[in-house]
Amino acid sequence: METYTGKSILKGIAIGRILFYSKEEQVVQRRSVQDVDAEKDRYEQAKETAVRQLNELYEKALKEVGEVNAAIFEVHAMMLEDEDFNDSILNMIEGQKVNAEYAVAATGDNFSQMFAQMEDEYFQARSADIKDIAERVVRILQGRSGVDTLGEEPVILAAKDLAPSETVQMDKSKLLGFVTELGSSNSHTAILARTMNIPALIGIPVGEDLNGKMAVIDGNKGELIVDPDKVVLEEYRGRQEEQRRQRELLQELKGKEDITLDGKHIKLFANIGSVGDIAKVLENDADGIGLFRSEFLYLEKQDYPTEEEQFQAYRSALEMMAGRKVVIRTLDIGADKQADYFQLDHEENPAMGYRAIRICLDRPEVFKTQLRALLRASAYGNLAIMYPMIISVDEVRKIKRIVASIQAEFDAGEIPYGKIEQGIMIETPAAVMISRELAEEVDFFSIGTNDLTQYTLAIDRQNAKLDNIYDSHHPAVLRMIQMTVENGHKGGCWVGICGELGADTSLTEDFLKMGVDELSVSPAQVLPIRKIIRNTRLL
Amino acid sequence: MKTIKYTIQDELGIHARPAGVLVKEVKKFQSKITLEGNGKTAEAGKLLAVMGMGIKHGTEITITAEGPDEDEAIAAMETFFKENL
Repeated sequence: METYTGKSILKGIAIGRILFYSKEEQVVQRRSVQDVDAEKDRYEQAKETAVRQLNELYEKALKEVGEVNAAIFEVHAMMLEDEDFNDSILNMIEGQKVNAEYAVAATGDNFSQMFAQMEDEYFQARSADIKDIAERVVRILQGRSGVDTLGEEPVILAAKDLAPSETVQMDKSKLLGFVTELGSSNSHTAILARTMNIPALIGIPVGEDLNGKMAVIDGNKGELIVDPDKVVLEEYRGRQEEQRRQRELLQELKGKEDITLDGKHIKLFANIGSVGDIAKVLENDADGIGLFRSEFLYLEKQDYPTEEEQFQAYRSALEMMAGRKVVIRTLDIGADKQADYFQLDHEENPAMGYRAIRICLDRPEVFKTQLRALLRASAYGNLAIMYPMIISVDEVRKIKRIVASIQAEFDAGEIPYGKIEQGIMIETPAAVMISRELAEEVDFFSIGTNDLTQYTLAIDRQNAKLDNIYDSHHPAVLRMIQMTVENGHKGGCWVGICGELGADTSLTEDFLKMGVDELSVSPAQVLPIRKIIRNTRLL
Repeated sequence: MKTIKYTIQDELGIHARPAGVLVKEVKKFQSKITLEGNGKTAEAGKLLAVMGMGIKHGTEITITAEGPDEDEAIAAMETFFKENL
């Protein structure tokens, strides 16, 4: 028995035989052919098979890992049908009377060289794509199978490194887990592993000698145990069984609608703090993002993030969610969240101080930068913008004027932007009391229960001495929520809850009966809440 | 012959996906549509050639359509580039 320690990508246990995978070097021999037309036919058929494989892979990836990750296969199929690429191959077969394998490999090399020599990093990387498609066609011509077939028995796959396309191509039902030597926890492959929900380790020395050995992946400890003894193996079998039972209960709910017994559709969204969390959102099958805290862009920097940096982050979030709603909350800094370069003064009572929208309206240049980035990103998905810490109608009107002025600038400069919803956080008692008026100004409300409880009960959340009387189930808080929902609906708004209370399973049924339209919870809470929604009868 | 100029707004330049969509779009027309920029020329219907131009963000390109339906073709190109690139 031998134990290796690496870094875990996904918690969970896998037990099985190791299959060592290394990309085999393709050997292509040049042969002369007599029947040129027959050789051309062979190529055309292999190409058709390759295109069909790629289209199937695209469909498979679309379902398993989303549109953005799947797009690569669609592009590969298009490259294969490129006129120049095909002309080159057919001309070579015809002019040099060579076999199709050779013509494809040589053409692939030529085009891949062309990209490798380009200046820009993005275009250089495309040379690997060309190689990939040429290898696929050659493989088909040679009658060999690729990584897509793992054999009959499910295995733990061990490899030096895995390309994202290789990861997606694998048949999930034959894959227990995977172990690689290279790659980072943020690599594309790691993200895919999380999305596919497969135990995976990186940073483990991997070699041919592992092939065929029995092994255990312990994703909690980040360990690979090779040739485990009987006791260890039994212990892990027991743990695996336990996990499987737990997960099965919830997995059954994936892909199911968030709909009550009497047919009301609830928006069940997830809260996230950075683009990196989106894999978890997809993994847990949330129907959208109900609160994307934009602060991370600011807190991890030494200076204000530029419009471009923000645009890229928002855009990739929208693209990854592929048309599902993404509610991004504008900067909520101050109080317990500080960044030095904002140079905020020390305050006696920061929770009631200079924070969130108050800073944004006071420093319009900071706010406008963020709004410009958001509006530019809106062209790439289904965006809603949410403003925090609102206490008056006047604030909302000011914000809307700023947004409209940016949209007018964009129209003049022909910068594209999409349709957006605008909404506000309801987290102050003031906002609750004037929610009827506020509802006329916006498209939605999202109730931030943590702050709303703190302000309603006049209890500082940070003060541990008051924990015993900090009661988020206090009738005053629940009535605030009820009032917000009623007034929101009167003004045509949808109303959601994005604070911790939204994930409080003891209240879910009450919220739904109050008429709450949306619940936004941490990704891990999505399926447990879905279970309750599907078992609730409203009337 | 109809010609328009357009400056690429997309951060990655004319990258694989929009280039692929462009190819499909171009095939709807009979006119010959070409792109010119970065000192290179390519037929817009050829994916690898278009990508091989290496057009980056901020580069101005010239789009030309020539043929029986050049008016419709150039109008479609203008819309396509504005929406996708």
